[in-house]
Amino acid sequence: MIPASAFFALAVVLFVLGVVAFFVKKDLLTQFMAVEVMLNAGNLAFLALAKALGKAEGQVIVLFVITVAAAEAVIGLAIIVLVFRQRKTIQTDDLKDLRG
Amino acid sequence: MAEHFWLVPLIPGASALLLVLFGTKLSRRWIAWQASSAVFLSFLLSLAAFVHLARLPDASPGLSKTLLPWISSGSFSSPIAFVFDHLTAVMALVVTGVGLLIHVYSTAYMAEDRSYARYFAHLNLFTFFMLVLVMASDLVLMFVGWEGVGLCSYLLIGFWFERPAAAKAGLKAFVVNRVGDAAFIIGILFLLAQGGGSSFAAINEGAATGLLPSGIVTLVAILLFIGATGKSAQIPLYVWLPDAMEGPTPVSALIHAATMVTAGVYMVCRLSGLYAASVPASTVVAWIGAATALFAATMALVQNDIKKVLAYSTVSQIGYMFIGCGVGAYAAGMFHLVTHAFFKSLLFLAAGSVIHALAGEQDMRRMGGLKKHLPVTFPVFLVGALAISGIPFLSGFFSKDAILTGAFAGGQYALWAAGLLGAVLTAFYMFRLVYLTFYGEERMTREAGHHIHESPRAMTIPLVFLAAFSILAGYVGLPVLFGGKADLFGRFMEGSVKTVTHHLAVSTEGLLVVLATAASLLGLALAYVFYRRTPALPGRLASLFPGIYRLLVGSYYIDEVYEAVVVRPLVRGSEKVYVRFDLRIIDGTLDGSAAAAGLAGKGLNILQSGLVRDYALAFLLGAIIFLGFLLL
Repeated sequence: MIPASAFFALAVVLFVLGVVAFFVKKDLLTQFMAVEVMLNAGNLAFLALAKALGKAEGQVIVLFVITVAAAEAVIGLAIIVLVFRQRKTIQTDDLKDLRG
Repeated sequence: MAEHFWLVPLIPGASALLLVLFGTKLSRRWIAWQASSAVFLSFLLSLAAFVHLARLPDASPGLSKTLLPWISSGSFSSPIAFVFDHLTAVMALVVTGVGLLIHVYSTAYMAEDRSYARYFAHLNLFTFFMLVLVMASDLVLMFVGWEGVGLCSYLLIGFWFERPAAAKAGLKAFVVNRVGDAAFIIGILFLLAQGGGSSFAAINEGAATGLLPSGIVTLVAILLFIGATGKSAQIPLYVWLPDAMEGPTPVSALIHAATMVTAGVYMVCRLSGLYAASVPASTVVAWIGAATALFAATMALVQNDIKKVLAYSTVSQIGYMFIGCGVGAYAAGMFHLVTHAFFKSLLFLAAGSVIHALAGEQDMRRMGGLKKHLPVTFPVFLVGALAISGIPFLSGFFSKDAILTGAFAGGQYALWAAGLLGAVLTAFYMFRLVYLTFYGEERMTREAGHHIHESPRAMTIPLVFLAAFSILAGYVGLPVLFGGKADLFGRFMEGSVKTVTHHLAVSTEGLLVVLATAASLLGLALAYVFYRRTPALPGRLASLFPGIYRLLVGSYYIDEVYEAVVVRPLVRGSEKVYVRFDLRIIDGTLDGSAAAAGLAGKGLNILQSGLVRDYALAFLLGAIIFLGFLLL
């Protein structure tokens, strides 16, 4: 029997990895994947706490989040594809038109 | 019908509103009919109310009606309320009666003008405000009418605003009146501060019973009189009236001769209780009146513009009315106001007819010999001139005599002598005008000479009416000489104004009448000698006293003095304030704050790098700080 704290620790590790990846990588696609990692780290934290507290709500929320994440991933990827078509690049350092 | 008297001002007001809103869509015929019949209806209503009033026993309070509550603040309240007492009755009949004739006259005089609707809208609006002024039951509402007629005067003087002179004259009238009105407002405020209310009845009674301290009474009376010197063109604020002749001639007749300029006299009579309670204020009123009467008459002697002569004559005649009010003969002042309204509007309209006949010529040096060309205008003008000169048995004779007798009976011999001298001058300048315009050889330009024609019936019929009134109006106020009960006007006025009766021996009064007549005839004879028998005489006299002549022609250079002493320092000072305060302090503050905002924007701009990672970093830091707060 693996204790719930182990799951929670994994979630924290995953989240930190996502944050680091987001700041280290410079192309939109990889950064997007880093965001997905952070999102799923959140899911895992929900599940760990649901297990620790013996409640079903955490699992239900995860199902919702996965559904929403599917939709979000579609839109995010579509935006990235469109940006690439327009600019022929997805390097975030090149995409700074909003500079004041 | 008398109980509907409160509709008297509202009918022309409604007509004015219609003309302002829809005037451009209406035909000229309709506009003329609507404007004139509105005033005619008001006239009929006033007449009905007058008849009702005349049937009541002497010294009854008159009709009154409160329409709306208006200002109500603490203990002070001022309703929109109208009264129709003896004083109002006289004024309302003059305003609507003379106003009606002038509306009719205008339909022909202004027939060629392209702003026909605007003209009649403003004329109706003026009638409305003037009636509000005379029917208001308290000082605050009267002030609304007072300002309203000032506005209409401005609009109508500047009616031909494409002409710079007309626009400037309108502005001058407005600004000069502003000076007087400022004093008027201060007077009202002093009165309100006493807490006695602003209704005329309360003010008059408060002054008579000593409820108002006598210092306040004098102060308020003088402040209100300064307002009157603006509106009624007295020294020192008379300068706008001669310039006001830039307006259309019927406007000069209605506003600047018969009605608006006499509002000051009406105000003093309306507050006769207040003025009678203050000897210093009454003295000021009388002496300003006398000084103006003489001063303006001397300026009228040498004017060459036919309307300017009449303008200075109006200033002078209003001075007479103030002499009457100042010596306590309020009824005599009102009497002269009424007769003056008839003969002066007659003179103006007849002068308008002359100007019309000569296609716009106003300079008397290019007139002359018009007697045979204008078979209606000439006799009515002569009637007006005789009446204003005080020739016996015309209206002006009786009213001027009433004032002079009042001054003499009050023991004010100096004022009486000034009035007598003024009468000589009046007769002189009026007959100078008559001789230069209607007699002698024809001096007009060729095209004006070809153009000469008598005016249409719509213009001559009002003239005939006014001439009839100028002859007959005097018989309502016969001097005591004709029996104690003969002064119908004076007895009628007793209901509203304070009356001081002095008893003079019949022989003294007879002597006064003879002297006044002699003064008028002397002036007339002098004019005959100067301008009919030996026309070279005026020129010789002018070259003999060139200094005096130039002073008179330049109207004592009062305009120039005001320009140098008041206007130019004010303009210069304003320019300095503009440069120092407006440009530097106000504009500086605003420009400075704009620059500061810009600078702050530029500083914060650094944060907007456009790089996603920078934003994410800020986001992360924010989240960490937030979490830190939660955990600690």
